[in-house]
Amino acid sequence: MSTLAIRDTTTMLRRNLRHMQRFPLMSIGTLGMPVLMLLLFVHVFGGSLGATLAGGASYVDYLAPGILVMTVGAGAAWTAVNLCTDMGEGIVARFRTMAISRYSVLTGQALSSVLNTVVSLALVIGVALLAGFRPTAGLTGWLAAAGLLVLLALAFTWLGIAFGLAAKTPAGANSSSLPLQFLPFVSSAFVPTDSMSSGLAWVAENQPFTPIIDTLRGLLIGTPIGDSGYWAVGWCLVITAVGHAWSRALFNRDPSR
Amino acid sequence: MAITATGLRKSYGDHVVLDGLDLRVPRGTVFALLGPNGAGKTTTVQILSTLITADRGRAEVAGHDVARDPHGVRRAIGVTGQFSAVDNLLTGEENLLLMADLAHLDRREGRRRVARLLDRFDLVDAAKKPASTYSGGMRRRLDLAMTLVGEPRLIFLDEPTTGLDPRSRHAMWQIIRGLVADGVTIFLTTQYLEEADQLADRIAVLNGGRLVAEGTAAELKRLIPGGHVRLRFADAHMLDLAAEALDGSSRDDADLTLDVPGDGGVHQLRALLDRLDDAAVEVQDLSVHTPDLDDVFFALTTERTAPR
Repeated sequence: MSTLAIRDTTTMLRRNLRHMQRFPLMSIGTLGMPVLMLLLFVHVFGGSLGATLAGGASYVDYLAPGILVMTVGAGAAWTAVNLCTDMGEGIVARFRTMAISRYSVLTGQALSSVLNTVVSLALVIGVALLAGFRPTAGLTGWLAAAGLLVLLALAFTWLGIAFGLAAKTPAGANSSSLPLQFLPFVSSAFVPTDSMSSGLAWVAENQPFTPIIDTLRGLLIGTPIGDSGYWAVGWCLVITAVGHAWSRALFNRDPSR
Repeated sequence: MAITATGLRKSYGDHVVLDGLDLRVPRGTVFALLGPNGAGKTTTVQILSTLITADRGRAEVAGHDVARDPHGVRRAIGVTGQFSAVDNLLTGEENLLLMADLAHLDRREGRRRVARLLDRFDLVDAAKKPASTYSGGMRRRLDLAMTLVGEPRLIFLDEPTTGLDPRSRHAMWQIIRGLVADGVTIFLTTQYLEEADQLADRIAVLNGGRLVAEGTAAELKRLIPGGHVRLRFADAHMLDLAAEALDGSSRDDADLTLDVPGDGGVHQLRALLDRLDDAAVEVQDLSVHTPDLDDVFFALTTERTAPR
């Protein structure tokens, strides 16, 4: 990246942070869903679901990593809606006719979204701790988990940006990112995949959420990771690359009005 | 030349928006692109300002080819669109500072220009308020002020006064005249003839994606049948007498009117009335018609060849 590109991206990031600072409810709103899921599953379904876990592990310990991944998914939906709304504003057309680094609008959005997701994750971890989440991870485990979550946030953010650019309306942008919020249900987030029917278990085991959640769970509460770590990082990198390339291609289309 | 375009074509699906547009705009002049809604004015601005690409044709803006060197074009131009391109969540001052940052000005120079623009555009009191609370006229002023932060030498103004009340419109005209005085080239689109007449050195009339006329306001006015004096009579007999007395006039028997070509000046009127007196003709009603840009506009942008 050239110096000018960095400068323009910083300017765009500052613009987005100012938006978030001025309307904090818009970004905090994304916390609602994961926190609700956490409380619902721990306090309503947790009793019976927890009984199925091997070795009498605590259900909130099992659940929390999945909820963190859902938080990142909700952040992507927020990004998609936010970007789609922004693209509809005349100011983006203005940016396109200015001699600035072309993709700084997108990169600025990506950075502010990742920051937003990181803050959300910190808050969700706080709620989980209050709900009885007792991770056993040491400093290295936490750092690795944080690294994976940031990588995932980056991946989902670029995907969210692409969804936001592809959608014609903010509502459309929201619905196209629904899979990101729905897929965790068909993963190891809430129950172990071996408790599912065989067809569904196959889907659950081979979709990106499961290795990512399993890796996170391993890092935080010490369950076995196996080769999930490679799959997790691999999926994140692939999604980032696809989302990034797709976003650029969409941004280069003629803006129709 | 600040802008040259040859054979610009653009269509969306089957809908042809621009159908071979040629333009030449000399430096330091105000050029108005006049046309009804849907004529292709905004599309022209979008192509020339590198927002969208033409399907065919070439355009050079400020010495740079829009297709091959859009970045070069962007460095030289400023665009104020039909829909206010301001960030509603930021204050007026923050909007301007954002532009200063994107123009890569150093902090001090940026602040200096922003302060000057707030003052010049009468936005000092509103500087700390979010743009979403601004009135239509204030938003348009902020929009133009944002365009000026980078001090462009060529400015596109896409319908700068559409939807503004008369007072705001006149304020905007004053601002535009100020820019012209600084030697800035202005490419203006408008659907208001008065606006083109007031501001532009040259006017091009766009209709259905094609230029149907181009010239100064005076040249355009000469394009259509000249002025005339219209006389109305109480009955056909009077009309007959008058038509006999006045050579070269054209009569309308259904309306009982007679059109006499001329500028409708005091001399012509006096001579005309004298002749009618001599012929003992009673005139019921007299009106003077001078052609204005409205006549040109309607004559050129409608299918009808005889608008009257």
